[in-house]
Amino acid sequence: MTKKLEVSAGKSPEIGSSQLELLEKLCNAMGVSGDEHEVRQIVLEEIKLIADDVKVDALGNVLATKFGRGEDRVRVMLDAHMDEVGFMIVKKHEDGLFQFETVGGIDERQLPGKAVLVGRDHLPGVIGAKPIHMTTASERKNKIPLSELRIDLGPEIGDEVQQGDWATFATQFEILGPSIKAKALDDRLGVATLIELLKHAPENIDLLASFSVQEEVGLRGARVAAYTFEPDMAIAVDSTPAYDLPTWDVDGENTLYNTLLDAGPAIYAMDGATIGDPRLVNLLVDTSEEEGIPCQIRQPGGGGTDAGAIHKVRTGIPSVSVSIPGRYAHTAAGLARISDWENTLRLLHAALCRVAPDLLAGERRD
Amino acid sequence: MKSLIQKLVETPGPSGFEYKIRDAIREEIGNAADSIRVDALGNLIATKGTKTGVGMRVMVSAHMDEIGLMATHIDDNGFIRFTSIGGVSPLTCIGGRVLFMDGTRGVIGMDGLDAGKMPKLSNLFIDVGATTKEDCPVKVGDVCGFERPFMDLGKRMVAKSLDDRIAAAIAIEALRQLKSTPHEVHFVFSTQEEVGLRGASTAAYGIDPDVGFAVDVTRSGDTPHPSAKMATALGDGPAIKVRDSSFIADPRLVDWMVKQAEAAGIPYQMEVLEAGGTDGRAIQMARGGVPAGCVSIVCRYIHSPSEMVDSDDVENAVKLLVKLLGEPIILD
Repeated sequence: MTKKLEVSAGKSPEIGSSQLELLEKLCNAMGVSGDEHEVRQIVLEEIKLIADDVKVDALGNVLATKFGRGEDRVRVMLDAHMDEVGFMIVKKHEDGLFQFETVGGIDERQLPGKAVLVGRDHLPGVIGAKPIHMTTASERKNKIPLSELRIDLGPEIGDEVQQGDWATFATQFEILGPSIKAKALDDRLGVATLIELLKHAPENIDLLASFSVQEEVGLRGARVAAYTFEPDMAIAVDSTPAYDLPTWDVDGENTLYNTLLDAGPAIYAMDGATIGDPRLVNLLVDTSEEEGIPCQIRQPGGGGTDAGAIHKVRTGIPSVSVSIPGRYAHTAAGLARISDWENTLRLLHAALCRVAPDLLAGERRD
Repeated sequence: MKSLIQKLVETPGPSGFEYKIRDAIREEIGNAADSIRVDALGNLIATKGTKTGVGMRVMVSAHMDEIGLMATHIDDNGFIRFTSIGGVSPLTCIGGRVLFMDGTRGVIGMDGLDAGKMPKLSNLFIDVGATTKEDCPVKVGDVCGFERPFMDLGKRMVAKSLDDRIAAAIAIEALRQLKSTPHEVHFVFSTQEEVGLRGASTAAYGIDPDVGFAVDVTRSGDTPHPSAKMATALGDGPAIKVRDSSFIADPRLVDWMVKQAEAAGIPYQMEVLEAGGTDGRAIQMARGGVPAGCVSIVCRYIHSPSEMVDSDDVENAVKLLVKLLGEPIILD
């Protein structure tokens, strides 16, 4: 006779000071695509005592498994990318001046005057440009091309930098009342969320967490991670822009905001890389209604998350994305709400607790 | 066959939301296949035949999805802003009618038209007769297809979504007519072609075919001022694709397809398409690579609500496909 295992949902996770401290560490770490080492070390340290199995794959993804209990467990892959957009030094000049390229999607108009950190030792520098005293009115109307910008570390410090070194914005994490200001909230918010979910993993599923590399340069890490995990379903946890600002330039409603702050986790019906599996979109929306957790449908459109790579792996993987909304993504300083993060974490936890084999037993349909 | 075509083109199925058209196709296939299954991305895969000595595992892919629209914002007055699913031109939207998956109907309007300036999708909106955000039955993320009835012009047929329901109809008819084959043939009615050949990619991985064929529409060069440099024309027979911008058909397979068409006395035309792609690419790139070709149906006004094909081309495409699938495939 077999004894039926009591499968526990575990305690619902919350955001407190220790979670915010972890997020601070993750955001301040440097992890430009291809150089995710620092973030990976923080992740490995956090999960080593929680996960049943942890490995680092050939591309540098951290693949962590937390097995559930009981029978017929669905294998659920959760993905968050460790990398952030940033810069790479490409040419050294005299006096500690360096030419650089962007890594991932960065609007070059945002760059002049920003403080940066360069290389593994976080050497401080600044992206310099011609000051207003020296520019003409017509020059000020145009953006300064990347080829004319330099990172300035000055002599001595500059001696330690060489081409191929990575750099990132120097912005330090801060709590501003109900908000978080930091660089790399895209996607350290997701990374921190996955760590919390591993800590509070529901026992009805096998949780396969991929802390992925190189998302910002083409969803590269998640693709091989999904190949390795071969999950039954996947959820990409990311951060997406909230452009929910008043429309200063036009009359009428802002109809292109992508997401709104304070409106909860953003569920993806469709972006440029994935059409969310309706079964999983409905799971999240229904969970939100039943649990009274706010959520929003991200405005369908362009862009992409790791789900774009994951759902096409092998014979296909039912996938969906959930993002924590954040203003000013891919700039020196993003702004997100702690409440949106907490609601994302709560929604994901509650949805995972509802995942049973019948969710995917039928065909993909509404 | 026209009633089959009418049924398929009038069933909605924008990319990612193919469940209604999948049910319609499955119903039409009935018992004609040896087995039938649906995979994780919603591809319908009907299998017929077993691999004999000279036989191969063959994948035939006709995509069942069509272009469509998805709601992005419901404004205070109940108008719906939207984005496209697949390649939708704003010009073909204006004045169009749409059908949401739940049956809600609407029309596409625009305001602020600047004469002489190409409108953007963001200038357009769907009007379902709502008066406020609250009484609008459509939510952000809801999906609609274009609505337009099938029109039979005798020799020519006009409908929305002939891309690629005409190929789905051809594949169904070939499956019905295929009495003997040395091959194990997998007819894939694929999903999400219009957004990047996604369904065929995972289907091809799962089937692991020895050879593959896409069946899809291609552009015509026979209108008064064709925008594409195309030698193809309606009525000149099914087209055997040599290349498009995503895919170079396996030349051995192209030669073999031409020989089969000639042997069976089926008219055909050669196709070189400068822009565009089909499931042929997805099959070719699966796993370690697969020899792949494509049978195309020449079609006017692709991605408009009034696409046009020739009835004889359709009949001949069925004949060609049945011929190709009934013969040993020789690649040399």
